Amino acid sequence: MEFIVISLVKAAIVAAVLMTTLAYLQWVERKVIAHIQLRMGPSRVGPHGLLQPLADVIKLITKEDLIPPHVNKFFYLLAPFLAVTMALLSISVIPFGSEVELFGYKTWMQMTDLNVGVLFVLAVSSMGVYGIALAGWASNNKYALLGGLRSSAQMISYELPMSLAIAAPLLLANTLSLREIVQSQGDHLFAWSIFKLPAPQLISFVIFLIAGFAETNRVPFDLPEAENELVAGFHTEYSSMKFAAFFMAEYANMVTVSCMTSILFLGGWQPLFPVSLGSNFVAPALFALGGSLCLYHGLHPARRKDRYTLPVFAAIFFGIALALLAPPVARVVMPLFWFAAKAGFLLFCFIWVRGTLPRFRYDQLMGFAWKFLFPVAVLNLLVTSLLVAVF
Amino acid sequence: MPDGYLQIFIFLAIAIAFPTVTILAAKLIRPSAPSITKLEAYECGIKAASDSRGRYTVRFYIIAILFVIFDVETIFLFPFAVRYKTLGWFGVAEIVVFLAILIVGYVWAWKKGALEWV
Repeated sequence: MEFIVISLVKAAIVAAVLMTTLAYLQWVERKVIAHIQLRMGPSRVGPHGLLQPLADVIKLITKEDLIPPHVNKFFYLLAPFLAVTMALLSISVIPFGSEVELFGYKTWMQMTDLNVGVLFVLAVSSMGVYGIALAGWASNNKYALLGGLRSSAQMISYELPMSLAIAAPLLLANTLSLREIVQSQGDHLFAWSIFKLPAPQLISFVIFLIAGFAETNRVPFDLPEAENELVAGFHTEYSSMKFAAFFMAEYANMVTVSCMTSILFLGGWQPLFPVSLGSNFVAPALFALGGSLCLYHGLHPARRKDRYTLPVFAAIFFGIALALLAPPVARVVMPLFWFAAKAGFLLFCFIWVRGTLPRFRYDQLMGFAWKFLFPVAVLNLLVTSLLVAVF
Repeated sequence: MPDGYLQIFIFLAIAIAFPTVTILAAKLIRPSAPSITKLEAYECGIKAASDSRGRYTVRFYIIAILFVIFDVETIFLFPFAVRYKTLGWFGVAEIVVFLAILIVGYVWAWKKGALEWV
């Protein structure tokens, strides 16, 4: 009974945090892209456009939802469900932090730890391709069909280098459980499998990240929805919440890829340098820095209202910094902080790349996967296995 | 049932409920005024000449066949990677032979032009 209650509470927390992350990830993306292109980005709805995600949800819910008569109705309706459900499901095995004791219960900051965790994530995330391929086919629209076909070809091609890139760090960790993979890496930069001797996994890391970009259909691999040739690709005929479901699936996949990268290569919840060297002070220092900035701008206000609002934020930031210094809080929050920092940085990279790189041509994209990434991944696996065996 | 899968089903229920609830909720609020023009297949305003169920050259279809072979082979690498330290040098010999066979097949497919725009 207790077990079921704990599981339900965990599921509710993970779902709530995930939904908020997905909503605000889109705000962050628009804001970052805007600043890369010297624009302001969303700024009308709430301060700094912070209520924009809410406005978007209201807009999408109240939009007319057309189901054209020429579609294959069953698969047309199934596709968005499949895409979003599978995208959300793979989060359930991600370990966000180490073991904690809360209110007398000892529990892991992870919903469940499967002994086949890596395979589970691979299997569930590759189910997502059905959502896109079915959407493209069932729409009975030429643009959608082309988008769906391209997407299937692209996703199966990049799955090979991706699974080969996963196999290499597994040679070091010797387990498929995501929790044990993190535990097999140490608490500083050179004990993470990306730099860990004798076989640093830098090449696998890069291959995994590139394949991750392709699997999530992000720029520079966003061919399924190349808007200047295919309108909107596989979701041309979708509107309202069904369109939102595809959008959400893409962002959820981005979150999964970032989490998997930080678990496999960047040590998951392990800190950047050991606690004995003061890694627990990084987060309080960041908050204190933010508080000081707010205080400074509050004392030298650019707008009249800054004089009143910014000191409040400064007080909040200093309060959080002080709270994080308390050992019981630090024990719970620090692993979460490091995990969120790594995953957040990778998510920022997704957006950064979108603001920087142009799109590939279709045959270049396929050639890149099969003629470059695949042989490099195989060679990397061979070299890793030899290095692990010799040392 | 093996340990640890109950939570997966709980989360699966949430993941299924979420799109269902939002799509049904939207149904109560949104307007619905379909017209003939709105319901046409979207082809940038031009009337669709035919529907998309016609014949069409699918590029890179051979890759889909190759994928099945190579993906099954990479899946074999996972259990091997997990037992790598216990297998020792026998494991090393095995992975070299295994990957050599994989590479021979790969080079053959490349030389045959299976990876090209066909």
